[in-house]
Amino acid sequence: MDGLNIPLNHILLVSSLLFAIGMLGLMIRRNIIFILMSLEVMLNAAALAFVAAGARWGQPDGQVVFMLILTVAAAEVAVGLGLVLQVQKRFKTLDMDHANRMQG
Amino acid sequence: MLEIVFFYIAATVALIATVMAMTRANAIHALIYLIVSLLAVAVIFFLIGAPFAAALEIVIYAGAIMVLFVFVIMMLNLGEKGDKQERQWLKPGIWAGPAVLSVILLVELLVVISDVNGPVSVSAVSAKEVGLSLFGPYVLAVEISAMLLLAGLVGSFHLGRRYLERDHIEKGSSQ
Repeated sequence: MDGLNIPLNHILLVSSLLFAIGMLGLMIRRNIIFILMSLEVMLNAAALAFVAAGARWGQPDGQVVFMLILTVAAAEVAVGLGLVLQVQKRFKTLDMDHANRMQG
Repeated sequence: MLEIVFFYIAATVALIATVMAMTRANAIHALIYLIVSLLAVAVIFFLIGAPFAAALEIVIYAGAIMVLFVFVIMMLNLGEKGDKQERQWLKPGIWAGPAVLSVILLVELLVVISDVNGPVSVSAVSAKEVGLSLFGPYVLAVEISAMLLLAGLVGSFHLGRRYLERDHIEKGSSQ
């Protein structure tokens, strides 16, 4: 145990549960805003696992990868929300089952 | 020892809030729960000795990204429907859940900061170490993420600009 009093496997358990909830949300919701939120939850769970592992071995690499994940999440959500506006404009709904063809 | 108890409380709050966020019908309610979940994960980061990551989690995730979601949801539903929803939002049954979870986190935070020598990991990975690593061996990743952010900026500008222009043209032609 190097600088981490909490058992690492418990943190990884929480991270896995968060990831599973995010994936469940991704599968059960059809609203595109909820799909984007589920992606955020999943990215956040992965970031938690990285930071926990970095803290366990006292290395800064975990937090470096956390920042890269943060960057990816920000870029993804900006483009995703731009797509939300376009989908709402074209289909007048946020239901992704209405936008399942390549040509709108 | 106290640290471990706090970790389990924060983890429970994070899991409950995430489940609630995924099962709400209203997008704004889901967002409130999601913000509580992100705050709980920030508490976990703080407890495992990553205070800089905790600050970034709150500033960027709970601050910037969630505000983007709120703006887009605000742009999508307008008019009387929004007014009716606003009145519904004032019911205590709707904000009671996120409020209780946030209060649990607040009490936890107050107990932590009331005793500075208390349950904070001693050998934390400092922000200085992270910065040295980020601009040392990982400098290529930083440059690639800069390009990724530029691509995201251009992409979202492109999508959003077309949205705004069409709106403008339709309004102009209807007059």
